[in-house]
Amino acid sequence: MIRSEQIEPCAAAEHSGAWARRHVLDIEDFSVPEIELVMQTTSAMKEILSRPLKKVPALRGKTVVTLFYEASTRTRGSFEMAAKHLSADVVNMTAQASSVTKGESLINTLNTIEAIGADIIIMRHPLSGAHYCAAPHVKANLVNAGDGWHAHPTQALLDLYTILNRKGRIAGLKVVIVGDVKHSRVAHSNIWCLTKMGANVVVCGPPTLLPEGLKTAQLLFPGIGVETNIEKAVKDADVVMELRLQKERMQSGLLPGLRDFIAGYQLDSKRLALTKPDSIVMHPGPVNEDVELAADVLHGGRSVVNDQVTNGVAVRMAILYLLAGSREQ
Amino acid sequence: MPSKVVITSDEMRRSIARMAHEIVERNKSTENLLLVGMRTRGVPLAKRLAANIATFEKIPVTVGALDFTLYRDDLNQRQPSVKGTDIPGTIDGKAVVLVDDVLFTGRSARAAMDALIDLGRPEVIQLAVLVDRGHRELPIRADYVGKNIPSSKDEDVQVKLAETDGMDEVRVASQE
Amino acid sequence: MKDLIVKNGRIIDPANNFDAVGDILVRDGVVKQVGTTVSAGPGSEIIDARGKVVCPGFVDLHCHLRQPGYEAKETIATGTRAAAKGGFTTICCMPNTNPPLDNLPLVEFVKSLAEKEGAIRVLPIGCITRGRKGEELSDMAEMSGAGVIGFSDDGNYVKNARLMKCAMEYSQPLGLPIIEHCEDPDLAIDGQMNEGIIATRLGLCGIPNAAEEVAVARDILLAQLTGAHLHIAHLSTKGSVELLRWAKQRDIRVTGEVAPHHLTLTEERVLGYNTAAKVNPPLRTKTDIEALIDGLNDGTIDIIATDHAPHSLNDKLCEFGAAASGISGFETMLGSLMNLVATGKITLPLLIAKLTSGPGRLLGGRFGSLTPGATADITIFDPGAEWTVDSGKFISKGKNTPLQGETLKGKVILTVFGGAVVFTDDVKTP
Repeated sequence: MIRSEQIEPCAAAEHSGAWARRHVLDIEDFSVPEIELVMQTTSAMKEILSRPLKKVPALRGKTVVTLFYEASTRTRGSFEMAAKHLSADVVNMTAQASSVTKGESLINTLNTIEAIGADIIIMRHPLSGAHYCAAPHVKANLVNAGDGWHAHPTQALLDLYTILNRKGRIAGLKVVIVGDVKHSRVAHSNIWCLTKMGANVVVCGPPTLLPEGLKTAQLLFPGIGVETNIEKAVKDADVVMELRLQKERMQSGLLPGLRDFIAGYQLDSKRLALTKPDSIVMHPGPVNEDVELAADVLHGGRSVVNDQVTNGVAVRMAILYLLAGSREQ
Repeated sequence: MPSKVVITSDEMRRSIARMAHEIVERNKSTENLLLVGMRTRGVPLAKRLAANIATFEKIPVTVGALDFTLYRDDLNQRQPSVKGTDIPGTIDGKAVVLVDDVLFTGRSARAAMDALIDLGRPEVIQLAVLVDRGHRELPIRADYVGKNIPSSKDEDVQVKLAETDGMDEVRVASQE
Repeated sequence: MKDLIVKNGRIIDPANNFDAVGDILVRDGVVKQVGTTVSAGPGSEIIDARGKVVCPGFVDLHCHLRQPGYEAKETIATGTRAAAKGGFTTICCMPNTNPPLDNLPLVEFVKSLAEKEGAIRVLPIGCITRGRKGEELSDMAEMSGAGVIGFSDDGNYVKNARLMKCAMEYSQPLGLPIIEHCEDPDLAIDGQMNEGIIATRLGLCGIPNAAEEVAVARDILLAQLTGAHLHIAHLSTKGSVELLRWAKQRDIRVTGEVAPHHLTLTEERVLGYNTAAKVNPPLRTKTDIEALIDGLNDGTIDIIATDHAPHSLNDKLCEFGAAASGISGFETMLGSLMNLVATGKITLPLLIAKLTSGPGRLLGGRFGSLTPGATADITIFDPGAEWTVDSGKFISKGKNTPLQGETLKGKVILTVFGGAVVFTDDVKTP
């Protein structure tokens, strides 16, 4: 069977022409038709991933450079795989985080990579908004693979695709995001993306790890709820997304310790039982097993963590394909 | 833009019926037959051909949809939306008939063949088109043609199908 | 020196409660006569100020001239000329240079440089602590002998409360204020902008209002304890205004200043990672602006000071988190604040008071008035002239303004320093 997954909101929609974007810097500024176009394109890409011969010539002759100022294995690997499935040439470049503030400026670095011949630059950077500073000065297409606490747009899109794929819809779903929401670009991008698509998002975590101003942002972003009690938060949830907890949070005094976090915010089978019977469990990875997710939940039937990884490649293929055509505009 | 009808609804119905007969005649067995519509308008045409064959052969014919966008040779100029491929079963060993509405330069057929070959190894690939308007840029010809419509290069051949456009009709429009 | 006569302008001199149309006569660099019609003698220079406002030269209690050490950002030569264009005749420069102004020779160096290369009067501020490190007191008494007008570690808060208490005790007999940059560094750690939903949307670490207010509260209590004069630099929050009001009601010797950008711009300016709007303290909210304006109106806030903080292009053309904080403020000060007058938030005489008599009082009443006998520092501006901000035309080396491309109303036409014209607007207004 050679089949693209049918993604409901896009099945009948005609979205050609919805894409006029040279860069993917953020998800907050995506329109609903743009997101739907990405979803439709992703389902076509996913069919390619199911083939024995997982390669199409769409980006033949294009050069994709991954430039990571922060360590990453999965995101970088996912982008590299995506580019290769589309027949692009891929060059991986690693920059030392220390060179962020000294020596060559970011804009100069990007201009150099462009001069080498990059058509698309995929960048991860520890400072929020680094891509915004660079974008006006580069001719190549720039893709944000994560910037500081700010955004991880392709992660939000792959999470959206995974939910759509499993649930058939987004509007009206209750999605609970649990953990270190404040420092999580994954959480931030998911909040903006999911609420835009009509989901009700509840963020839940220790008070010190919740972002500022969300409670008062109801007018700006209807559909956001904030909760510090996980039992209340996950009640009747359709989706529970746990976030990775960084060890530094304990050291900097934001959390008393791991035991406290596990007691308060780990998703275990007891808490999972409070959600809807058909709920799904997500995590952007890498999972600290038995910290954010109890092992039986992570490896249980509700977990879609591996789907997220596969869908990540398809979403990134879609983004690369869509960007490649916008270059001359 | 002045335009004139070159295929009416009735003529289209007759052409499709004739092409269905030709496909059966040429391929002897219908069991091995797979009709693959090239997105967008090739898909309803493939379904109509299959329905015709099913009516007079009393055997259902498998129909698939092929999205060959990612194989186009003009991707730098525009980025058409990708709608995906949907072909039931395997294509290995099948007699695949690619179906499209118009055969013009031959570039779409080339891309479609490349896309198809990446999916498996069919026994044979044939090409069925409702309209052949000439001006080939590649060494490609159709096996089944609804109607040959000689046109000039700057004329526009517009195919309308009930499934996609609400009516059956082919028009030729000139550029003036 | 020829007599200088400014004719038919609306003279506003808050120090003398004067607001009327009239003439000013300047003889030998000194204000001779104010208000009554002056008949021009032979050879005197006449400036027609009809339709214009004539006031004492503005006094800026808080600016950064960057020399020595950061000459790529600004020099005394460029900074004083930019200030003159903004209508200033006296400016007080912060000591966060490289090396910092924490000893007598360095203060003398800046003063001599200012005399040689400066267009207007430069009054240095000395460091509170050596190297601005917050560890030991600088040579405060020696520097006061060289004419510093106060002490500040601006950019840094003196975190050690005991050291701050000592600094206040030490400064009190010198008769000079402690000018404090009130920001608790732990509460503001990694902070890039105001804390709130915009910081969350941008993924930037926020600086809560409390980071400033905690520091303001501590220093007010130390001023109460020591009896020293505390001057709070660049107030930015509603809570700080309330604390200052509380202190003044108790006759604690405390004064406060606010910067033009904190009176006119909100945190939304940062959207899109606009590094030109990155400043410390950060741009806050409408609520804070309203409280700051109330503070100006009821006398809680005494002074408007620019916190002119010029930076080079590359200091700002980078990631938001790596960008320098500060706004090049001399040349847009009047234009941006005149909007508060136009919208009825403050009166024109009040605005001028906060730019002249307010800081003048802190400087011992030496500057900021048109009292006959005073040195003739005069600013003439057209309150109705519209102009568009083009940082490329700034005299300051710092082109870092969040107001680029905006149309402002109110423009300095002429600046007189010690009886001599140091700036004239080259575009003739009808």
